[in-house]
Amino acid sequence: MTLSRHLTITNELGLHARSAAKIVAATRAAKGGVWIEKDGERADATSVIDLLALSCGKGTRITLRIDNLSDSEIMDKIEELVNNGFGE
Amino acid sequence: MPKNNGSEIILKGIGGSPGICIGKAYLVDSEGVKVVPKYYIADSAIENEINRFKAAVKKSNDEIKEIIDNTPEEYRQRTQILETHTILMKDKMLYGRILDTIGNERVNAEWALKKTVAYVKPMFESMTDSYLRERADDIVQISERIMKNLMGAEQIDIGKIDKRVILVAHDLSPAETSQIQLERIKGFVTDRGGKDSHTAIIARSLAIPAVLGLAKATTVIRNDDIIIVDGTTGTVVVNPTEKTLMSAEERRSRYETYKADIARQSHLPACTLDEHRLPVLGNIELPEEVVSVIDNGGEGIGLVRTEFLYLSRRNFPGEEELLERLKDIIEVMPHQPVTIRTLDINGDKIVSYTGDRNELNPALGLRAIRYCLRKPDVFKTQLRAILRAGTYGDVRVMFPMISGLEEVRQAKAQLAEAAASLESDGLAHQRNMPVGVMLEVPSAVMAADHIAEEVDFFSIGTNDLIQYSLAIDRGNCRVAHLYQPLHPAILRMLKQICDVTRAADIKVAMCGEMAGDPFYVPLLLGLGIDELSMNPPSIPAVKSMIRAVALEDCKALAHDVFQLKTAAEINLLVKERFGAVLAQHLYSDIPDTGNANRPEGNG
Repeated sequence: MTLSRHLTITNELGLHARSAAKIVAATRAAKGGVWIEKDGERADATSVIDLLALSCGKGTRITLRIDNLSDSEIMDKIEELVNNGFGE
Repeated sequence: MPKNNGSEIILKGIGGSPGICIGKAYLVDSEGVKVVPKYYIADSAIENEINRFKAAVKKSNDEIKEIIDNTPEEYRQRTQILETHTILMKDKMLYGRILDTIGNERVNAEWALKKTVAYVKPMFESMTDSYLRERADDIVQISERIMKNLMGAEQIDIGKIDKRVILVAHDLSPAETSQIQLERIKGFVTDRGGKDSHTAIIARSLAIPAVLGLAKATTVIRNDDIIIVDGTTGTVVVNPTEKTLMSAEERRSRYETYKADIARQSHLPACTLDEHRLPVLGNIELPEEVVSVIDNGGEGIGLVRTEFLYLSRRNFPGEEELLERLKDIIEVMPHQPVTIRTLDINGDKIVSYTGDRNELNPALGLRAIRYCLRKPDVFKTQLRAILRAGTYGDVRVMFPMISGLEEVRQAKAQLAEAAASLESDGLAHQRNMPVGVMLEVPSAVMAADHIAEEVDFFSIGTNDLIQYSLAIDRGNCRVAHLYQPLHPAILRMLKQICDVTRAADIKVAMCGEMAGDPFYVPLLLGLGIDELSMNPPSIPAVKSMIRAVALEDCKALAHDVFQLKTAAEINLLVKERFGAVLAQHLYSDIPDTGNANRPEGNG
């Protein structure tokens, strides 16, 4: 059973090293897998490198997915980060 | 791909720098560190290996933190990249994967690191976003730092090579070659690169043999293999047999004797067997090179390129500055001819301050004399400096890219005006300075008889003349092989020029690359070229070739080539007549075709 949300990257620089690092930091306590998907490709949200490799510029539509329902707080946190443009 | 099982293997590449050396191979991988060792570890040692890796990462992390902490607050912006490094270093795609690799494959930490980086780096390299693409460099830098800490004192970087070895690398960047203590290196072998690559240029300037473009050198050759590098023929022999070694050793000593020989004789004038003297001069780009002209036995400077005075600066140089720099050159050669070419700025040497737009086809654009006639103030400043420099030696002035008589007249009018203005300013200058033109545009060759009436000498710029005549861009690797100095049309042009200069009783020099290649010496002598000018290191070999032939034979060759209809046939005839002499005086493969791109062979 997975839970997913659709989001759009809004910050100018897109998902670069620092913003990706913020997502990774947010997943630190995750009990199951946390994933970000784009056009059918999937990146491990606990890896900066994997997130960067997904290549998400400004305006990219992504899907945030968690494997374990108890990680929904983490999901909220990431959603907030993305929607606030990572505070940049 | 040949397997290296200890038996003799012959690899064929491109001769980047002539000469032969024999020695032990020293492999350097693309990141510039010694080749990473790979070995398997026992189950019981895995934990230890993992701890070793973790310690290296921690040490790397501490190093970066220290750099960040020691950076003053106002420069913190610059340490962002290092903060990214600390994040990436602990990333599971890197860190996690390496730990898994050590555990699952039971390999040493260095190898696991190398393998993982080889997997991660291409993910970034293939990206279209330039920000993300540059992250590949971060990955490399991180891995280098960790590797350094893993290998500890055992790590040997390229800058610390202290054995007399032959360097074998995938490719060598300018940054890497600058770290090498080059006097320690016997020779270079690389997978990549060509005759004009950075490595080849360095090797030639140090006069050490190099074979490049071998494709599989780093996979076939192992560390400490005995190899023979023949930079003249572009051949590398791995694990040579006793017999091969002996014959290579013999050729090496013959080559050394030959080099010492031609160098010793180079300060003497070069006369053919039948006493015809052909002056051999040097081309220079930077004032410092005048020393190299003298060292190599040049009898003057046939081409002073003046562009260096104008490049990489914000404004045009003034007359006094130009004069000083020209004096630097002339004063070293006060009694020998120095031919100064006026500004030949073109598309690939864009001067930022001219503010001119990029041209689609710079070779055919606003350059050289066209540019100077359009900018009389810039031109006049240079002409005044050249005329004043003339009082310090035997100076001539030469106009580049002349396409017809009108340009010659206009340029000469500017020169006369410059002289008149110096006269009225009361400044010393050379009166009646000899004036010449470069023949490098086909239309000027066809109109050479008219132009000859207006000038004191011609200098043939073969590089551009061939390029424009055959419509071949030498920089374009898809057509570069069609660049043929021996094309019958080119030889007809050369003959026409020589006929014109003989009739007009003016001198004709050649200053293109064709002049510096001993292979063409018999033909150029036979056609009646009066003077050759070339890059200084080519002077000894060209002089040696002149001394080995008779003008009569050269004239016969220059007569007979016009019976032939293709460059290949002409090439064959040259080899037929002069093959033995060439083989003796070049120590190289005689080319098979008539094109100048004879990468396997003399450089």
